[in-house]
Amino acid sequence: METSRDDFIIAVRSSFLKKGVAQRFSLLVLIVISVVLLSLDFYKSKPLNIFRSVSKDIIYRGSFLVSLPFKFLDHGYVVIRDHFSLYNNYESLKNELYTLQTQQTEIEFLRMQNRELKIVIADDLLREEKNVIAKVILDKQSPFLKSIILNKGTQSNLKKGMAVLHKKNMIGRIVEVNYLSSRALLVNDLNSKIPVKIIPSGENAIMTGGGNNLASLDFLPKLSTIENGNIVFTSGTDGIFKDGIPIGKIKKIEEKFFVEFFADLNQVNYATVINHKNGVN
Amino acid sequence: MNMVNRNLYSFLLNLFPIILLFFLVLVDFDFSFHSKKLVTFNLAYIVIYYWVLKKPEILGYGLVFFAGIINDVVIGLPIGISSIDYLILCGIASYFRNITLRPSLINDWIAFIPSILIITSIHYFILNIFFALELNYYNLILSSAFTITLYPLIGFAFNFISKLIYPNKQ
Repeated sequence: METSRDDFIIAVRSSFLKKGVAQRFSLLVLIVISVVLLSLDFYKSKPLNIFRSVSKDIIYRGSFLVSLPFKFLDHGYVVIRDHFSLYNNYESLKNELYTLQTQQTEIEFLRMQNRELKIVIADDLLREEKNVIAKVILDKQSPFLKSIILNKGTQSNLKKGMAVLHKKNMIGRIVEVNYLSSRALLVNDLNSKIPVKIIPSGENAIMTGGGNNLASLDFLPKLSTIENGNIVFTSGTDGIFKDGIPIGKIKKIEEKFFVEFFADLNQVNYATVINHKNGVN
Repeated sequence: MNMVNRNLYSFLLNLFPIILLFFLVLVDFDFSFHSKKLVTFNLAYIVIYYWVLKKPEILGYGLVFFAGIINDVVIGLPIGISSIDYLILCGIASYFRNITLRPSLINDWIAFIPSILIITSIHYFILNIFFALELNYYNLILSSAFTITLYPLIGFAFNFISKLIYPNKQ
């Protein structure tokens, strides 16, 4: 018994403490360095942030270059798939166009009315907005973290918390900003929580990403009147996002309400970052 | 000229595990097919475990550490977490190498099961407790299960490549 314990200790010591054949570092030293690096994540200082930002920029560019052949293949697949589903798309788009055209006149009227009411409230027209269009250089939609890397950073005045849009639909928010790049956490990530308003009922809720193509709604009123197909917008109650950015529509699954996103989060090549107010430093 | 080509070929073969590992962490490789995730597994774990177990002199711990840092930056995790995962996996692989008298793919596979479970638990524990990050537990378990399941297959392929690298030492 004593011998086997000794053997175990010797084997563990040999594995973690000794430098192996042709190894320059012992495992324990490297693990300690990793732990120190991990704890540095809690420590924010300017030189450290600059170092982080520069090294992340370099790695993102490297990753982008290495991913290029895969992106090319991916794009090829999408082109072929779209080509084969062209006729079906045409038919459904024709129907959709007809519906939209009938709604267009109504929308124009509502828009005009809304503009007049906003002047009365003197609210949103005072906002200063400067949008930044960014290219998605990396699309990291792993099962554990849904995010995209954009090719714009502090150089383009991007700040943490800014809303990221794709074709006018909300797709995420900026969570990390480097000098030349930034990371946007997508709305379907488990850690994404966004205050939303559901139209036409006007109910407020918190939308939490589900890790897939749907998001759940928390803090809905007990006697909620929302229905399948209702539209979900940002409510702007957090003061970071602009209100009224469309996100998706309500989908009822087994008596529970979910949000189905308007944007296809797997097909985002360009995104618009909304510089609403000042973001978060 | 032929000699130069042969040396270059052998040099590239020797670098194969390192190139593969850095490629995997840079592209954040998971076997996904558009929005439909068919299989998700961590190939980097298999690469590290296999080569540290079989030929530790090829895959330096410093490089493994550096690969972990790149992986964290690419995925967007706190920097250092993947390095810890990878290095602990190296330690476990090294331990099994020390205590194994008759290495075989099946033995390695059996030892790989607790290794992956330990690494995944540490990963989940650190991210959840210290960084309050929510992880999809089901996906994590599924990914671990696929990683474990696919080890023999990929290990077999690596055996073949290993034979190419060291034709006389097998």
